[in-house]
Amino acid sequence: MKFRVERDVLADAVAWTARTLPVRPSVPVLAGMLLDADDVDGHQRLTLSSFDYEVSAQVSVDVDIDEPGRILVSGKLLAEIVRNLPPQTVEVSTDGAKVVVSCGSAKFTILTLPVEDYPTLPAMPALTGSVLSDTFAAAVSQVAVAAGRDDTLPMLTGVRIEIEGSTVTLVSTDRYRLAVRELTWTPEDPNVSAVALVPAKTLADTAKSLTGGAQISIALSTAENGGEGMIGFEGGGRRTTTRLLEGEFPKYRKLLPESFNSVAEVQKNEFIEAVKRVSLVAERNTPLRLSFTSDRLVLEAGTGEEAQAVEELSATLEGDDIQIAFNSTFLLDGLNAIESDVAHLQFTTSTKPAIITGKPADDGTASDYRYLIMPVRISN
Amino acid sequence: MSRRQLERGEPMRGVMTDRGIVPYEGHPVNDADCTILHIDMDAFFASVEELRHPDVVRRPVLVGGTGPRGVVASANYQARRYGIHSAMPMSRALRLCPHAVVFPPDHETYRRVSAGVMDLLRSITPQVEQLSVDEAFLDVAGADRRLGGGPLHIAQLIRARMRAEQGLTCSVGIAATKFVAKLASTRCKPDGLLVVPTRHVTAFLHPLPVGALWGVGERTEQALRRMGLRTVGDVARTPPDTLRHELGQALGNQLAELAWGYDPRPVTPETADKSVSTEETFPTDIHDPERIRRELLRLSEKVARRLRASGQAGRTVGVKLRRADFSTVTRSRTLPEPTDVARQIAAVARELYAASGLVGAPLRLVGVRVEGLVSADRVHHQLALDEEGPGWRAVERLQDEVVRRFGTGALRPASLALCEEDDV
Repeated sequence: MKFRVERDVLADAVAWTARTLPVRPSVPVLAGMLLDADDVDGHQRLTLSSFDYEVSAQVSVDVDIDEPGRILVSGKLLAEIVRNLPPQTVEVSTDGAKVVVSCGSAKFTILTLPVEDYPTLPAMPALTGSVLSDTFAAAVSQVAVAAGRDDTLPMLTGVRIEIEGSTVTLVSTDRYRLAVRELTWTPEDPNVSAVALVPAKTLADTAKSLTGGAQISIALSTAENGGEGMIGFEGGGRRTTTRLLEGEFPKYRKLLPESFNSVAEVQKNEFIEAVKRVSLVAERNTPLRLSFTSDRLVLEAGTGEEAQAVEELSATLEGDDIQIAFNSTFLLDGLNAIESDVAHLQFTTSTKPAIITGKPADDGTASDYRYLIMPVRISN
Repeated sequence: MSRRQLERGEPMRGVMTDRGIVPYEGHPVNDADCTILHIDMDAFFASVEELRHPDVVRRPVLVGGTGPRGVVASANYQARRYGIHSAMPMSRALRLCPHAVVFPPDHETYRRVSAGVMDLLRSITPQVEQLSVDEAFLDVAGADRRLGGGPLHIAQLIRARMRAEQGLTCSVGIAATKFVAKLASTRCKPDGLLVVPTRHVTAFLHPLPVGALWGVGERTEQALRRMGLRTVGDVARTPPDTLRHELGQALGNQLAELAWGYDPRPVTPETADKSVSTEETFPTDIHDPERIRRELLRLSEKVARRLRASGQAGRTVGVKLRRADFSTVTRSRTLPEPTDVARQIAAVARELYAASGLVGAPLRLVGVRVEGLVSADRVHHQLALDEEGPGWRAVERLQDEVVRRFGTGALRPASLALCEEDDV
């Protein structure tokens, strides 16, 4: 194998592929990155792949090929080397069981791994639909923030993707908060109906890394539909597949309250700054206390014994006055996730879930993003 | 080495001097800086039983479990003459002294008597640090003027009042530090008193075996013996660097200081509990996982009730599992927030048991512990989406109220309903 490529093109492709390399590979070959230089539909292409049996990543770039070939090298080492090369043309060629990477006056010789032991990457499932890449990345990050991190409850570490025709709903919850986002997309089949549970961290990383192109294609193959339980994403020459999570996701729709006793509105940035300041004195596990009256929001944290903080903001409130307490990190996650400048908060009682959304549009259409947060019950 | 080996078993009222310990006969003693008193009740449980049963006085009295695995919790001095001591298996004690009178422990009464004893001590000075039901440190600095005399005078006052008001005897160690005061009370009991003036501390300490040092257990004692150190004096004459090197920084420092009688620990009244725990030794080993799980629930109920009664909650739940061969496994887990709810404690205890590798193994003892205690009024509960209504905490509080009105056993989890009446 022998090919030449510009350093920046190679560095981008290698870095993207290396993201999904397993940190502690279950078998040594999985630490490898597969390089395949070949003629694809009349184009000279280099295809790079990584795979850890859960997530696969594959990217193709144009290169000048002198001699086609297929090799496996340590992905981590290759990424380190390529990242540090000077901005010139890189030549990669094999020499027996070794591969030589030369660029300018620098030359590296790396041992290859046995390419015949490398597993076959899963095929991309059939296309289900496509969505604007920026919209998708923003929606996923809004939702993934509420996903659980406790691996003993695997179904809560995922983002649930519900597809109904041209509507996609993304949901996550860790039992203490729940985030829901709806967006429209272009399905292949206008009557499509499908559900998938995707590991939240992988989904967020993937969505962010595919914002290069205008559109992302999504390909879903669920076990219910006779598939192998996999989702694929493709955009800008990059494609990745992820195995779906199993387990039953909570029936979340009935948890979303329908009616409220109080509705408050607060300037979002002021609110975020005040929460950060006041929670400085909140020890671990002690909540931030909020008190809403008709035109005021008072934030308090801390105990009488040690340190206390209080801050007052202007706010509007319709309905009953309410005192409620939250974990300040959960509250900040919700406030940071809404897109509007004004935070819209709906309450029932101090022990019932509250809903945070952006300020609804003047035409009254419901917000496409809702962040539900459970309060902290204060002992007395 | 155990404390018992330091005890003489003969009453002694003495003063440490440059001629050794001499009897105290009312002569002037330089006790000005010996403001720390260690009060130790003599054979406390057994003495309380003697008080309640005047007919057994002068007979050997034992308090402890009478089951196949019962141990002696307390023995009066008549019984100790037969070589009986606390923690000895009851069966062995009764072989040594078949005519001993045995009482099952009545902890409620002991606690009540103990409360009276501690009240008496607190009427002397508020600077009382209670160590257990029958032991306390007092710092009497500043109490002398009010009580008309120095520490030795106050010690005699305490002993006289203890006899008159409680009908019990105690031994009092008087020194400038907690460490020496406690050794002094051990040396002079029962019904004794010993002053160790500061200038005679090293003479008092150095002949004692290394096991007298606070922090020296069996293992450390072996380590010291390997270094050729048998007495406190040997340790004192060893360079601190050598001790630190052999025993580690903390213990090495501690022993180097204690060996010269240096102990900076102040008397701290009302030290909050560090943990609440309870355990059960089975009459015969149990291997049935279902019974172990039920036992863990029962012990969790007990711990949770004690937490709630004292207004505390804890973040770390631990279990102790002892195999038939006495090898013991402890496991613990820290929760996201403190709890005083038996259901939660039991759930964690059962998970720890399930993960211990001892499921199905015959167990001799199980225990449940809650640590990392904080005041319950500072515990806030993050509600979860799938959590409805007031929760188990409210249920268990109601249970406390029922028990308060109708007695223990009035209400308990259904899975414990078949247990014996006095189990909970």
